[in-house]
Amino acid sequence: MPKKIETVVFHDSSTPVLGGIEKGGNVVITTAETLIAQARAHALWPLTFGLACCAIEMMSTVASRFDLARFGSEAFRATPRQADVMIIAGRLSKKMAPVLRQIYDQMPEPKWVISMGACASSGGVYNNYAIVQGADQVVPVDVYVPGCPPSPDALIYGIMKLQEKIKRKKAKSFGDLRLIELTPRTLETEVKV
Amino acid sequence: MSVEIFRDVAKPILTGFSITAKRLMHRKVTVQYPDQMREQFPRNRWRHFLTRYESGLERCIGCSLCAGACPARCIYVEAAENTDQERYSPGERYAVRYEINMIRCIFCGYCQDACPTGAIVLRKNFELADYKREDFLYTKEMLLESYPGESNEPYVSKYMPK
Repeated sequence: MPKKIETVVFHDSSTPVLGGIEKGGNVVITTAETLIAQARAHALWPLTFGLACCAIEMMSTVASRFDLARFGSEAFRATPRQADVMIIAGRLSKKMAPVLRQIYDQMPEPKWVISMGACASSGGVYNNYAIVQGADQVVPVDVYVPGCPPSPDALIYGIMKLQEKIKRKKAKSFGDLRLIELTPRTLETEVKV
Repeated sequence: MSVEIFRDVAKPILTGFSITAKRLMHRKVTVQYPDQMREQFPRNRWRHFLTRYESGLERCIGCSLCAGACPARCIYVEAAENTDQERYSPGERYAVRYEINMIRCIFCGYCQDACPTGAIVLRKNFELADYKREDFLYTKEMLLESYPGESNEPYVSKYMPK
């Protein structure tokens, strides 16, 4: 019996969005997946990945003025094993890129990535040999937040966009929730001579 | 013994809770962001707009000075000649394509400083986050205000309850 080979999914960003949340009276009928999606969306534990000055804005997002705890995301984890969403805050150098990928791989499965700021999203002003031109070259990014750096409310808007995305997602299986490529890419390619 | 209990147990607890009690009196500092917007600083720079004159003609003359001043090289301008039949701007030329890569832009405002006609302005709309990389390429149709003075209106959040 040959093993079924699943197609490579580079990005989750292109997944079609299905359905919404129906409301009615005092009785709420819902599916388990909607309930799970709601639970996931409202308890996003971020992984601190502060690389540069965007991290200062990320810290002030958690502080009392903007208070990310209102969205259930106040528990910043220093270990990837306990985190749901990785906030890449700052310019990603080429030396840091394998570290980022490894930490992303260590996160448990329903996982999301927010690329915060111009440098993490596209390289920004640093169009040079040292900076990765966009973190999506290394990990699949769900939400891009532009700004240099984005103000705390702009980051909160990005987190709300991510919550919307998680809530709208209707997963058919746990495999659908995987946001990384289902078959890992390899650099070796067959060269036909 | 009782003195020690007071010094080591009761006094630290009282000291700690006195700080809590003081903070309870304090005014609330949290901005309830999606329901309530904080006041933006007057010189905050966010989303770009291409403005129009009162007559409805575009201010942009397609001189590419903004693209030259941009430190991130995120602006692309392509100019074309105005004709008497198709007139977009009062000058000789107008921008037929005007694109800003919003994800590479660092919102420094140098384009606004460089613009000789005051066509490109940066306003207070900070809610720019999106899912796809392609959606950040803002074209002229997205940047150009639909009527004169649209860019000067105060920004209302997308999540603001009506």
